[in-house]
Amino acid sequence: MTLLEQTVAMAGKDLRIEVRGRYALAAVLPFAATLLIAFGLSLGPGRTLLQQAAPGLLWLAVLFASVLSFRRAYEHEGEDGALEGLVISPIDKAAVFLGKAAAVVVQLLVLEVIVVLLVSGLFGLSLGAEPVTLVAAFVLGTIGLAAIGSLFGVLSESPRARETVFPLLVLPLSTPVLVSGVKATALAAAGRAGEASSWLGLLVAFDLVFVAAGTLVFGYLLED
Amino acid sequence: MSSPERVLGRITAKPGERILGWAALAALVGTAVMSLAIAPPDADQRNAQRLMYVHVPSAWLAYLAFAVVFVASIAYLKTRKSRWDRLAAASAEVGVLFTALAIALGSIWGKPIWGTWWTWDPRLTTTAILLLIYVGYLAVRRLPDSPARRARWAAVVGIVGFLDVPIVHLSVTWWRSLHQGATVRLLGKSTIAPVMLAALLVAVFAFTLLYLYLVTLRLRVGRLEERVLAEALSPRVGQPVEALLSDDAETEAAAGSGSASTSHAQPEEVATGG
Repeated sequence: MTLLEQTVAMAGKDLRIEVRGRYALAAVLPFAATLLIAFGLSLGPGRTLLQQAAPGLLWLAVLFASVLSFRRAYEHEGEDGALEGLVISPIDKAAVFLGKAAAVVVQLLVLEVIVVLLVSGLFGLSLGAEPVTLVAAFVLGTIGLAAIGSLFGVLSESPRARETVFPLLVLPLSTPVLVSGVKATALAAAGRAGEASSWLGLLVAFDLVFVAAGTLVFGYLLED
Repeated sequence: MSSPERVLGRITAKPGERILGWAALAALVGTAVMSLAIAPPDADQRNAQRLMYVHVPSAWLAYLAFAVVFVASIAYLKTRKSRWDRLAAASAEVGVLFTALAIALGSIWGKPIWGTWWTWDPRLTTTAILLLIYVGYLAVRRLPDSPARRARWAAVVGIVGFLDVPIVHLSVTWWRSLHQGATVRLLGKSTIAPVMLAALLVAVFAFTLLYLYLVTLRLRVGRLEERVLAEALSPRVGQPVEALLSDDAETEAAAGSGSASTSHAQPEEVATGG
């Protein structure tokens, strides 16, 4: 099997588990919706403020929901010694990293479509103006988040890490995704897509660095 | 043993540590004299400007320390010698200390000069995120029970965390400059008087010595921790202490402290532990 076939097999396995278990639908989506309602309540009903804050709230909801998804991606590996099976299986460890990242990207993109619709409804964010920029920002941002989550999700296999250390690690590292995503979304909503290109470029750089770094170092996390 | 490791071993042995300690103390006294007595107060900022002589070196140490963590993490994954892991751990601890110090000092300076404890200046924001990333690094170090796994996990975080720093800096710089006015200059003015520059250079030199001293001290503590663990384990697993110490710890510990004698290891007691 080539690396690509191994990656596809790995991603397929994770997506099959998700389709059958529907964790994202049953837990992550309501969590994101709860966050959005809480943001709305904490900022009050003033429409201008909510509209201004909407791109930021949208990405915060995505960021926190993605932390849950990453943990889920490795949670079922901890059961029945599945992770040991992965470690001793004769596949490239890079394929485990890339496959898990790909599966998380697919799940998060589905989640983001619903979250974006919720935000545009709840906070009155107009999103139809620049669809290409908006989609590019979410696809690129999600790849970067998934790379970090797939790399460090292994640590959440340790019970003490699951609740505290994992978010502590993932959230500061993904600051560039948050900043670039919010800016690109705000510019797209304002109809100024031309100015968003530098932010999309930064997201591309982030994706390249972390997908490459993850592919190189992931094997070291999985050695025993 | 390759040569950078030998140099590292020599610097971190006991005599080197003592020399570094005294040199750091002397340089810090020199810094205090230079920055408090010889350098004049700033024309605009008066004496508040003197905080620069400790703030700038602290920030320099933060970046130096995390660069060392990055290099030591790569070296550990390449060589699997635990001394590189101990170096990364020691440097990260000292780095977190000085990052926090740099932020606190900058804040104290910012209150009278900028009129606020905090501003979303790109450098400040990057430093704050840097601090959080390496607090996360230290938290990861406390997770695994196995020292080898801890070293590998920490090395991966040490590498990836450092790669993130330039991207974080770029993103917050753009974030600031694209939509808000000009950023505040860190040094209030663009040129610096020669005597002030001299005081600053002495301070940077003194802080670098202090960094080296703290790291060697922490390395020795790390070696002792490893030896204590080995001595506690030895009777239970039925192996002599030397066999339990990782590849390179024993030579350093013997040369460094000389306190731990091998007679503590008594393989006969094994049966009770097994």
